[in-house]
Amino acid sequence: MNFALIAFFGVLAFVFALLVVSLRQPMRSALALIAHMICLAALFACVGVEVVALFQILIYVGAVMVFMVYVIMLLDDRDASYVHVFSRWSVPGALAIGLVIVGLGMLIAPAPQLPGVVAPAAATSPFSFSAFSLAFMQGYWFHFELATVLLVIAIVAAWTVISERR
Amino acid sequence: MMDKYQFLITLAVLTFAAGLLGVIVRRNLLVVVMCVEVMLNSVVLAFVTFAARSQTMGGVAMTFFVYVAASCEIALAMAIVVLLVKRRGTLDLAAKYELKG
Repeated sequence: MNFALIAFFGVLAFVFALLVVSLRQPMRSALALIAHMICLAALFACVGVEVVALFQILIYVGAVMVFMVYVIMLLDDRDASYVHVFSRWSVPGALAIGLVIVGLGMLIAPAPQLPGVVAPAAATSPFSFSAFSLAFMQGYWFHFELATVLLVIAIVAAWTVISERR
Repeated sequence: MMDKYQFLITLAVLTFAAGLLGVIVRRNLLVVVMCVEVMLNSVVLAFVTFAARSQTMGGVAMTFFVYVAASCEIALAMAIVVLLVKRRGTLDLAAKYELKG
């Protein structure tokens, strides 16, 4: 049953990813991307990592994609990219992507199983919010502080880029 | 018959390739940015798959920082997109190839 759910949401996620690439209008691509992210959140919940599923919905869909939808509504203009959707690099690009898929497939295919040890499922979930919080406060606190600095830099840089010169 | 982790890693590879294809072949700047987001999501899927398989927190911590990087990237990218549209008047990345004297 679990694998059936994973297969269902996995196929849906891939279909929505293809729709993001192929749809003509940017707003429809954005909606396909939102659906793709929701399917990924469902996948994360199916494998037992509910923390990341929640972050995916809150941060990626709730903040990043809402911001992008607003920008699309402000900037969406029916210019030449509506008539000519794909660039002249379509065929070489598709060939290159085929090589990328073959290369990555060769990396993951040879071993009958993925490298590493499959750990048995713990009695209690190791991905609970308390475990996640403790890991951040104990093991990853410095990385967390660096991430906040990165966010401040991004805000200042975005304001600097967008502000008009007087 | 592949197990669920192999299926998820294969899905991550195919989704990454689809996003990369979109970055190469699409002409609309906003759609290119969205295809970059598709690639980031496939990386997050790979991290979560390996974290769930090994029952460790390292991959989950990395996904959090991927979200931070994605948020910073989207803020800066949209600011640059707005400036580009102001300067060029179009979202078409291939527009300059059509402007010939």
